[in-house]
Amino acid sequence: MVRDITIGQYYPTGSVIHRMDPRVKLFGTLVFLISVFAYKGIVGLAVVTVFLAMMIKVSGVPFKYMVKGLRAIIILMLITAAFNLFLTPGEAVVQVWKITLTKEGITAAVRMMIRLTYLVLGTSLMTLTTTPNQLTDGLERALRPLKYLHIPVHEIAMMMSIALRFIPILVEETDKIMKAQMARGANFEEGNVIQRAKAMIPLLVPLFVSAFRRANDLALAMEARCYRGGEGRTKMKPLCYQNIDRIAYLVLILYLALLIALRILL
Amino acid sequence: MAIILDKVNCVYEQGTPREMYALKDINLKIGDGQFIGVIGHTGSGKSTLIQHMNGLLRATSGSIYYNGEDIYAEDYSMRSLRSKVGLVFQYPEHQLFETTILADVCFGPMNQGLDKNEAELRAFEALHSVGIPEGLFDQSPFDLSGGQKRRVAIAGVLAMRPEVLILDEPTAGLDPKGRDEILDQIAKLHAENHITVILVSHSMEDVAKYVERIIVMNQGSVMFDGAPKEVFRHYKELEQVGLAAPQVTYLMHELQEKGFPVSRDATTVAEAKTEILRAFGRSGE
Repeated sequence: MVRDITIGQYYPTGSVIHRMDPRVKLFGTLVFLISVFAYKGIVGLAVVTVFLAMMIKVSGVPFKYMVKGLRAIIILMLITAAFNLFLTPGEAVVQVWKITLTKEGITAAVRMMIRLTYLVLGTSLMTLTTTPNQLTDGLERALRPLKYLHIPVHEIAMMMSIALRFIPILVEETDKIMKAQMARGANFEEGNVIQRAKAMIPLLVPLFVSAFRRANDLALAMEARCYRGGEGRTKMKPLCYQNIDRIAYLVLILYLALLIALRILL
Repeated sequence: MAIILDKVNCVYEQGTPREMYALKDINLKIGDGQFIGVIGHTGSGKSTLIQHMNGLLRATSGSIYYNGEDIYAEDYSMRSLRSKVGLVFQYPEHQLFETTILADVCFGPMNQGLDKNEAELRAFEALHSVGIPEGLFDQSPFDLSGGQKRRVAIAGVLAMRPEVLILDEPTAGLDPKGRDEILDQIAKLHAENHITVILVSHSMEDVAKYVERIIVMNQGSVMFDGAPKEVFRHYKELEQVGLAAPQVTYLMHELQEKGFPVSRDATTVAEAKTEILRAFGRSGE
């Protein structure tokens, strides 16, 4: 199950999108998310769809691989759809006992499903084409103005990149401890809820111990390298806009303008 | 009574461009009471191999038999297999979780369905056999030293009274003294309880001293399988795959090349000493 999560998994293809500045991708994702909720009518949907399809095509990430990320939210999508279907008041289409299916409900449910799907596809396109390090770098740089409000942007970015870096390590560690306890006869698969919860103790205690040990080691290693937070710290690879980034910004602005125009005109 | 691996293959991500053979056509027979060393470079498939032997990993194709029974048969109980084939993972001290040492060692026997008294009896026995003093039994396992923690973790598997004991790099990260202590205790267990022991390692020196048979793994296949003397004769091939024969093997080869009438088959320092003394016409002390 843990392996189905595609968020945070980099898929290297070396495409134009991969080479873009992470700030462009962050901004682009933001624009896309706004557009998913702001479009109006079938033409607007078509524009959003074409834009998303083009981006996926350009990124070179196989569509099948992207869809895998949708599996994680399938239950959420079904619940949302159900609520929209049955609880939207309006013109009744089918009525069984007390449950009414309205025309508005169907439209709302379909619209919601499309929005959620696009939301996940759009954000996973960003994480699939950007390494976690680039992402936090981009975020740190883009949020730098917040420093004037005394928000520790660098520290937050550092925490994020450490957290992201540790996900695969802890997944691996979980797998290892699970196997070691299974070799001692532990049973994680059978039993009722309480038995299963109890069976987690031999897994969770060592996992926490090892997480603390790793955190301690990391803190020591950072101290030993004289890490003192973001003050006066320079980057080995400073972020710098290239021509493709300028073109990408232009494309994004045109896309947003087109959608706004459609919304006003239609 | 043996473990038999018949044409075992293990493939990761089959059918994708990243397809990778972790094990390729493994045919092995692990006889009863043998003391076996499995050596190989990192990523050679050693750990994958031993995890197949107690059913933690499932072969993509091929069959594994334990005492003549197919472990992949539908009614075969994997949990009973795991209590017969005890596996001690690398850095086993990372799996400790209980509040006292004794309770932690009892975890395995309790999972086997034994009552508390019987489990504690076995835990006592297992802790004694790895040399943990009784005064420590009620302490937290997290207060012990690294070497002690590891011995407690090994006792946790021993307390299940396995017929086969597999240890994955039991000496990794220990100082020479801790290493020798653990290996000596394992050798003693083998001699006294007549259990089959499989020792995974990448240190030839460790393995050569104790085992009667060496299986060399390389890129998911068995490269050599035989007595240490036979295997170390291929020391040049071993070097090509990033392994090395024990240092005395090199010494003996060089002595022979220089014209001394010594046999090259010595694999331990003691053997080499006898052999050199013999060559010079003396019989030791």
